[in-house]
Amino acid sequence: MTLASAPQPAVVVERAHALHLLHQMLRIRRLEEKAAELYSATKIRGFMHLYNGEEAVAVGVLQALTPEDAVVATYREHGQALARGVPASTIMAEMYGKQEGCSRGRGGSMHLFDASTRFYGGNAIVGGALPVAVGLALADKMQGRPRVTCCFFGEGAVAEGEFHESMNLAALWRLPVLFACENNLYAMGTALTLSESVTDLTRKAASYAVAAAAVDGMDVLAVEAAAKDAAAAVRAGDGPFFLECRTYRFRAHSMFDAELYRDKAEVEAWKQRCPILTLTQRLAEQGLLNDTDVEGLEQQVAAEVEAAVAFAEAGTWEPVEDLTRFVYSERRTA
Amino acid sequence: MNGDTRGMQQLTYREAVREAIREALHKDERVFLMGEDVGRYGGCFAVSKGLLEEFGPERIRDTPLSESAFVGAGIGAALGGMRPIVEIMTVNFSLLAADQILNNAATYLHMSGGQFNVPLVIRMATGGGRQLAAQHSRSLEGWYAHIPGIKVLTPATLEDARGMLWTALEDPDPVLVFENATLYNMQGELPVDAAAVDIDRARVRRPGNDVTLITYGASLFKALEAAETLAGEGIAAEVIDLRTLRPLDDATFLTSVAKTHRAVIVDEGWRSVGISAEISARIMEQALYELDAPVQRLCSAEVPMPYARHLEQATLPQVETIVTTVRRMVHANG
Repeated sequence: MTLASAPQPAVVVERAHALHLLHQMLRIRRLEEKAAELYSATKIRGFMHLYNGEEAVAVGVLQALTPEDAVVATYREHGQALARGVPASTIMAEMYGKQEGCSRGRGGSMHLFDASTRFYGGNAIVGGALPVAVGLALADKMQGRPRVTCCFFGEGAVAEGEFHESMNLAALWRLPVLFACENNLYAMGTALTLSESVTDLTRKAASYAVAAAAVDGMDVLAVEAAAKDAAAAVRAGDGPFFLECRTYRFRAHSMFDAELYRDKAEVEAWKQRCPILTLTQRLAEQGLLNDTDVEGLEQQVAAEVEAAVAFAEAGTWEPVEDLTRFVYSERRTA
Repeated sequence: MNGDTRGMQQLTYREAVREAIREALHKDERVFLMGEDVGRYGGCFAVSKGLLEEFGPERIRDTPLSESAFVGAGIGAALGGMRPIVEIMTVNFSLLAADQILNNAATYLHMSGGQFNVPLVIRMATGGGRQLAAQHSRSLEGWYAHIPGIKVLTPATLEDARGMLWTALEDPDPVLVFENATLYNMQGELPVDAAAVDIDRARVRRPGNDVTLITYGASLFKALEAAETLAGEGIAAEVIDLRTLRPLDDATFLTSVAKTHRAVIVDEGWRSVGISAEISARIMEQALYELDAPVQRLCSAEVPMPYARHLEQATLPQVETIVTTVRRMVHANG
């Protein structure tokens, strides 16, 4: 099944659920804004890739998962981690490099891990996590568990051999993987049109007999609906599904990016389609949202972000004596 | 071997590996084998011959020629609760999966702050000597031993071929097993009920007081042959089989060097920056004053492996070279 990116029909939504989605997107946006600020203040170091503009993808897709499912993500994964249920506090502490961080400060921004939410990273090699997602799904299938493994990756990954190997293997063995492609049009600074001979990514998946669809990644309701359909098919045993979410990143690739490769006008045009803005407007038009609601959510999010920063600030450094812990397991049998 | 031949069986190294895999498949339903041609073909080196018929295609999985995907799938399956044995046809092809082995398998536990261990076993054939030229004759086990987070086993004897696999599968972390392809046809005798063996200690394969020959893999038998020749000249060589290159059991060879005061390292890998350099450095650091002569290293010539037999043999360390090197060392300072 290959769906063209046709205009999506307006999804009917209940007020409580709409507010939940808006809340999740706001949490990501405000956490990212704070992270950028803290990066400038040198509290956060290393490479950091922000998710501003792409919030509808993580929030929408993750609505389709249950707690038993698994998530595998990329180095631009603060949003997925947060939407998956990794606490903002341990995410922020991780970015600070504190041992209270979700990876004990070992991973930083690019390597958020959390066993309790089955969040398997935070992989900073483009395409490198796709085979791992295939394997997680293989384990589920072999053990007869009706779980889905959701693998996020950018459109840049489709140029990697690991993408093609993984599509083929997942389809060949009919494995329960939901491949969530975040097409933000630029692989770092290289536009999709400059790196791919075929720019309709669903055609690549379809060529491996992987069911594929494209969705407006700036519309959280559309993403959620598409992801739920996709996840249901995967869970039913129909094999993998490739969901292309067409989105855009509002900020630079990382904190070291002068953005020489795209026009400011293009960025501004996409900002008009901001997923938070458009959802807010749409709900207001439908009478499902008023200014007080938004204000209340903003206050709630601000408090959460503030608490996360306080948690990170109060965190402690892992003792240097522990440096070599976990190179190998401390428990000697598997 | 004791004199009691009841309960003993004649078998090849190949059959010893196969028996180890069979036993693991019987003992633990989480164990499965996957790799190129492991099923219908019976394995490139016929190691898995018959296993498909016995265990079926779910547990003996033929994979596409996608080393990165099926090694990564092994990592994911291990994370998902399975105990995969991944066979990479030869070490040369493992380079196509280097991203998965180095960036993921070796890294996840530490990078996740101890949350995600990877109980994966990867087997592969290694070594030269079969006129297969540059791209099929590599000995990269020492190169892999550079990487923290993985273990590197080099079974040389039938006992180790039979007994190391189960211990490797019980290990909570990724273990790479290098089977020198020239050994597959080696015949010998093993108890029918041969048990698992440790994977973290070197073994003295022949005791002696005059010189220590430190080696592993197929070179073990060259060292033993050289020791036999030297014994005829009144030189008692102690032969140490490292068995495992990471973690490196230096205590065993340091103890030996403290007794013999001379060390020769025999390694099919290249000399520069290889495992022989590491062993030599550890002797310098910890036993310099025990030495009566400089440590000698007999490694492969630093060339891509040539096809022509005489050139290939000139590339690999040989028995004659070991004998003359030891003779020169012993007679130089009597």
